[in-house]
Amino acid sequence: MPVVNKESAARMNDGPLLFRYINDPEQYRITRYLQHGGYAGLRKALKEMTPAQVVEYVAQANLRGRGGAFFPTARKWGLMPPGVFPRYVVANADESEPGTCKDRQIMERDPHQLLEGLILSAYAVGAEQVYIYLRWEFELAAERLWGAIREAYDHGFLGQRILGSNFNCDMAVHRGAGAYICGEETALLDSLEGKRGQPRLRPPYFPAAKGYLSMPTALSNVETYCNVTHIVREGPQVFTQFGREKCPGTKLVCLSGHVRQPGVYELPLGVSLREILYEWGGGPLEGRQFKAVIPGGASMPILPPDKFDYPFDFEGMVEAGSMIGSAGVIVMDDSTCMVGAAMNLVRFFEHESCGKCTPCREGCPWLSQILRRIEHGQGRPKDIDLLLAICQQMDGKCFCLLGESALVPVRSAIQHWRHEFEQHVAEGRCPFGDGHTDPGTRGDTDEARVQRRVVARRGMGGGAVPGGGCRQPGAHRGGSAGQPERGTGAAFHAAACDRDADRAVARDGPLCRLGSWFSDAL
Amino acid sequence: MTQARAGLRETCRAEVEEILARYPERRSALLPLLHLVQREEGYISEAAMREVAEIVGCRPVDVFDVVTFYTVYHRQPVGKYLLEVCRTLSCALLGGRKLTRHLEERLGIQAGETTADGLFTLREVECIGACSNAPAMLINNRIYENLTPEKLDAILEQLRAEASERVAPPEGERQGLP
Repeated sequence: MPVVNKESAARMNDGPLLFRYINDPEQYRITRYLQHGGYAGLRKALKEMTPAQVVEYVAQANLRGRGGAFFPTARKWGLMPPGVFPRYVVANADESEPGTCKDRQIMERDPHQLLEGLILSAYAVGAEQVYIYLRWEFELAAERLWGAIREAYDHGFLGQRILGSNFNCDMAVHRGAGAYICGEETALLDSLEGKRGQPRLRPPYFPAAKGYLSMPTALSNVETYCNVTHIVREGPQVFTQFGREKCPGTKLVCLSGHVRQPGVYELPLGVSLREILYEWGGGPLEGRQFKAVIPGGASMPILPPDKFDYPFDFEGMVEAGSMIGSAGVIVMDDSTCMVGAAMNLVRFFEHESCGKCTPCREGCPWLSQILRRIEHGQGRPKDIDLLLAICQQMDGKCFCLLGESALVPVRSAIQHWRHEFEQHVAEGRCPFGDGHTDPGTRGDTDEARVQRRVVARRGMGGGAVPGGGCRQPGAHRGGSAGQPERGTGAAFHAAACDRDADRAVARDGPLCRLGSWFSDAL
Repeated sequence: MTQARAGLRETCRAEVEEILARYPERRSALLPLLHLVQREEGYISEAAMREVAEIVGCRPVDVFDVVTFYTVYHRQPVGKYLLEVCRTLSCALLGGRKLTRHLEERLGIQAGETTADGLFTLREVECIGACSNAPAMLINNRIYENLTPEKLDAILEQLRAEASERVAPPEGERQGLP
């Protein structure tokens, strides 16, 4: 089929480190990778360096995890209890934060870069088995990774007694099965163990202490491991020459949404958001103006244009009132309805909630539902405060960061664009009308469609609840074997739904059908 | 399913062994084995779940537990081509919704349904990691990017032509490395 995109068509720059050869179509083959200095770092480490020296290199470079938390990688490795073996190294390649599409480029086009970083990390921490937890949707990346692993075995970079040393290392790709929550590190480990991907109770706070099969496990993002490759190969200074002192290095920035040149760019940390948007992104679309930017994927607060001059790194984005996260920069221009945007993001979290803890499992659908009501012109003046109240009830009370993230777009949208919410309520319609870019509502006025929207609750496949309504305690039981029975979350219900709202729920029936949340996706 | 199934251990013995060998314990092989079942049989039947449970040494209910958690596993057969349109923000901003509408119209089905000829199943999914090339969709797990309704028409036409030409894709094109 000629129309198949064999490779991602993303626009990418020839960056200084990770993206140096990204636009070379043959870079995924080991011969080309070796021509470009590949596996020199591994040779150097195995011949001249002790594992402790590799860790020291990474510490000197002040490499901080690229998955979003920016936790110092060397310190993470230091948390592994001494003398406990076997140990594991796992790469988090479950890239699924909306707006993020960087790891996929590396795995499709330069997989050996990741492999080398993983082998080096395994050497550093004393692990002999490496897993790459790859999200299912990346078919080509899976092919390329397996191909690269085979090549690495053939060349003696994997297997027994690597390059004549005493170091052994095996590697396998473990493919996920479509669950955003598996990007959460402890859920990822459960998924790797062949279980439902649900987060584990902390402490222990890091998988470094108790990870895969309860053994010490080094778990980082793909981009982090790729940085290890370059730090070992060329020394820590190659890394620290970029970025600011506290947060050195480069970052793969994924630019998407309303910009002229979306793409993935490797940029030094600390450039301003404005530079990213205008110089790399090419500015807003014809006749439009930027209205809002999410700097780090769906979980991070939305920023208005007056924050564009803050430096784009961990500290800079915190100062601006957001987070750098995974650097998935989603840009929205003035054609975007912020209620719609928040609704879209909350629906994402609603769909992806694993169902383990109550505030997330119940809170996300409530947020989603109230936003939908406002967007459809059926919002009530109290609804905006009701949303904030639900956010308050979720904040700090969820089991993992997924639930905590779901309230972020809602809060930040209300904080900066409250007038839009009020306008929706006052006018009883979406002021952006048919022309706006909101998903799920453009011309979507027929209630049947809204009602039909099937939102699968993970693992709650107990079939639709007859009659809908959410006012029947005990009516909503996921009947599937082996799954926790799920009540209505009566307390939450009461808190989120004051009397008026309850009446409205009864009145607006189709907009408030718990039933649909229980039916299966297909 | 009343139809007899040959069983994984007979049809893909070598692959099953290879998958089990990747992990220090059998249970970890559950997800890849389920992928294998789905690649071979198109969906995951109860009989298959029992067999996989036997292979990895857990209870069938544990397998059911896992199958129902992840969105990739189908418990019923789906169309020959599974069309999954991304609906999350980056795609939505650039007309992802329009694509779904367009496909619904062209195929005469709603999202979540399969065409009567069993050729196409259409569904909306969350972010597929192609944000910089939005709007995007997956067709049998291959990512299609920078889509427009016109491109969709061309793609549908090609898929139909392909489907009428041959029954099964050649060996090399089978999807889904488990």
